Amino acid sequence: MTNTDPIRFAHRHLLDIARLGATDINQILSLAEHYAVIARTPDKKRDLLRGKTQINLFFENSTRTRTSFELAGKRLGADVINMSVGSSSVKKGETLIDTAMTLNAMHPDVLVIRHGDSGAPHLLAQKVDCAVINGGDGSHEHPTQALLDALTIKRRKGRLEGLIVAICGDIQHSRVARSNIALLNIMGARVRIVGPTTLIPSNAAKMGVEVYNKMSEGLKDADIVMMLRLQTERMQGSFVPSIREYFHFFGLNKEKLSVAKKDALIMHPGPMNRGVEIDSEIADDLNISAISEQVEMGVAVRMACLDLLTREAAT
Amino acid sequence: MTIQALINARLLDPATHTDTLGGVLIEKGKILDWGAHIKKDALPDGAKVEDCKGYCLSPGLVDAHAYLCEPGKEHRETMATAGMAAAAGGVTTINAFPATEPVIDDPAIVEMVMRRAKNTCAVNVCITGALTKGLQGAEMAEFGLLAEAGAVAFSDGQFAIENINLMRRALAYSCMFERPVIVHAEDPGLAAGGVMTGGRTATFMGLKSVPTCAEAILVERDIRLVKMTGARWHAAHLSTKDALDTMRRAKNDGLNVTAGTAPHYHALNDLELGEYRTFARVSPPLREEDERLAVIEGIKDGTIDIISSQHLPQSADSKRVPFAQAKPGVIGLETMLPVSLRLYHNGDVDLLRLLYTMTVAPAKLLGLEAGALKKGAAADLTLFDTEKPWQVDGDRLLSKSKNTAFDGHLLQGLVVKTFVRGKAVFER
Repeated sequence: MTNTDPIRFAHRHLLDIARLGATDINQILSLAEHYAVIARTPDKKRDLLRGKTQINLFFENSTRTRTSFELAGKRLGADVINMSVGSSSVKKGETLIDTAMTLNAMHPDVLVIRHGDSGAPHLLAQKVDCAVINGGDGSHEHPTQALLDALTIKRRKGRLEGLIVAICGDIQHSRVARSNIALLNIMGARVRIVGPTTLIPSNAAKMGVEVYNKMSEGLKDADIVMMLRLQTERMQGSFVPSIREYFHFFGLNKEKLSVAKKDALIMHPGPMNRGVEIDSEIADDLNISAISEQVEMGVAVRMACLDLLTREAAT
Repeated sequence: MTIQALINARLLDPATHTDTLGGVLIEKGKILDWGAHIKKDALPDGAKVEDCKGYCLSPGLVDAHAYLCEPGKEHRETMATAGMAAAAGGVTTINAFPATEPVIDDPAIVEMVMRRAKNTCAVNVCITGALTKGLQGAEMAEFGLLAEAGAVAFSDGQFAIENINLMRRALAYSCMFERPVIVHAEDPGLAAGGVMTGGRTATFMGLKSVPTCAEAILVERDIRLVKMTGARWHAAHLSTKDALDTMRRAKNDGLNVTAGTAPHYHALNDLELGEYRTFARVSPPLREEDERLAVIEGIKDGTIDIISSQHLPQSADSKRVPFAQAKPGVIGLETMLPVSLRLYHNGDVDLLRLLYTMTVAPAKLLGLEAGALKKGAAADLTLFDTEKPWQVDGDRLLSKSKNTAFDGHLLQGLVVKTFVRGKAVFER
């Protein structure tokens, strides 16, 4: 059984959103929409990827992304192997390239990599013979997250173009933000970033976004409010003085949200810090929060990516 | 409500560049009117008239830098004693620094200190919050919450931030709250252990010294960070030519930076330390004569914007020890104006420019509605005689601690009366 389709994906790897075009993104999203429908039926399993091997290579702890990729691969019939740092030879001092060569010798068809260093998937892609999917690299990109966010928005709002999207919080260290900024710009949305000066990268405006330091201004008339996770090690005085100050000025609650559009949608890539970047009254309100739907769309988007990247030319 | 009329005064208002004979009308603690037209024969009916006998009447002085020691160090100073000293020195607003116990690094403490000041201090007090938690130089303080509670600036007082990355982030973060960061401009590495300025005197005295370049190095470092972050930055007390040259350049480049100095840096040099006088130990240390002259030059040409007292009470015990063990700091609320009037008497700086450094400039730095004669503004006023000669007697100063560097000095010029919201809080 081979995964053949006349419409092949224009790229060998999925390393970052920045190098995709609107056509690529639409191709992934429409296929993902199809998988989203299947995922709600009793028989979720397909055998499109039967006989293919998918290795999830996670150098950083992850539960939801790894599980999502694993489930996506399994639903398409692939043999899925999870490798995490704790049990691998990386702990014994092996370099990334040596790990890549070792895995390559096992002839995988897809490698999903998450790594703490920006650019690690790119290095890997140069060394292996299979497709590489970036599952998040350092502070660079997390392309499947941006795609699942886009799918969620599209399903709720019917479009991406022209929407005002406010991405809030730790932009500086966020790969989710970079991928989303790239995708939303390509698709014609208006992107704003909102956060404390210490967590906004210098030259941020050059990314094609409007920069705000006040939630009341950044959220004004927004269609989508994307909250980012603030990591604990950045809260205690180095980037922001304290959790309570951060929550006071940047934590999303009903009051801060009130300046956004009435039907504004709240998103969060998870895991959430309740009482740090988001108030429970928002996170748990199913009318405005799309957080569960994002997780659901994650599997569909990853199925679409796996499908597209393993397609072979019809003989 | 009766109207108070202060007449026959030499009105000095640096904000409007006014120097004229005239008067001020006060109603309900506010300035109703002021100017040359307020004269004896043109007053509202029933006004309570006070003849100022030709003395100078200026906006109340704003002291941008003082340590009030309350809470926690009340054996050195209290809000009440500092208030009396300030009133006697013509100071109607004190910017209190956060080196208290506990440190003012929490919004609740800001509120508490402000309430306490309102109840016990004769003059206005505004609060500078900590730049780092506990003044430890490790973690940024909660600028946003402190600002919302009423802090007008952030500073670690006598401590410079050694960690340049922390300084970078603190400056960047401060931009959001439109409050200045006030720094002690002295490289901590070079200053470590030093008790006086490097130079000839230090060599002879055998004391560990701080090289003068320690100041310029920190100013240079911070100015580059200001350029990157766009923060509002103020050097609390500059005392060297090199640092002032750096400031000049930064100002020419259009950066939003200002500098201050204290009376002891324009009035004294390191020879004051002769016989190991611990009462002249300050931080940064008193400099050699050519640096002192450079400070005067800086005040003249506007490189130095602000003169503040750097009032830092120390108990006699902490000064009556071998020089290197003595705590740095001098009191100055009461002598700031008289000592600074030397610059006027010597013909270095004209009177309006001198007052500008103690009224308009600090008020602007701290975002205060003060330091100018303005209709509707609080009637905070200082009446002083520029000519009266007197000798400083440390024991008769009103501060609780008596650690003045000017004990025995002959000064010319004295505060006659001080008004806060139209009420006399001091009268000689």
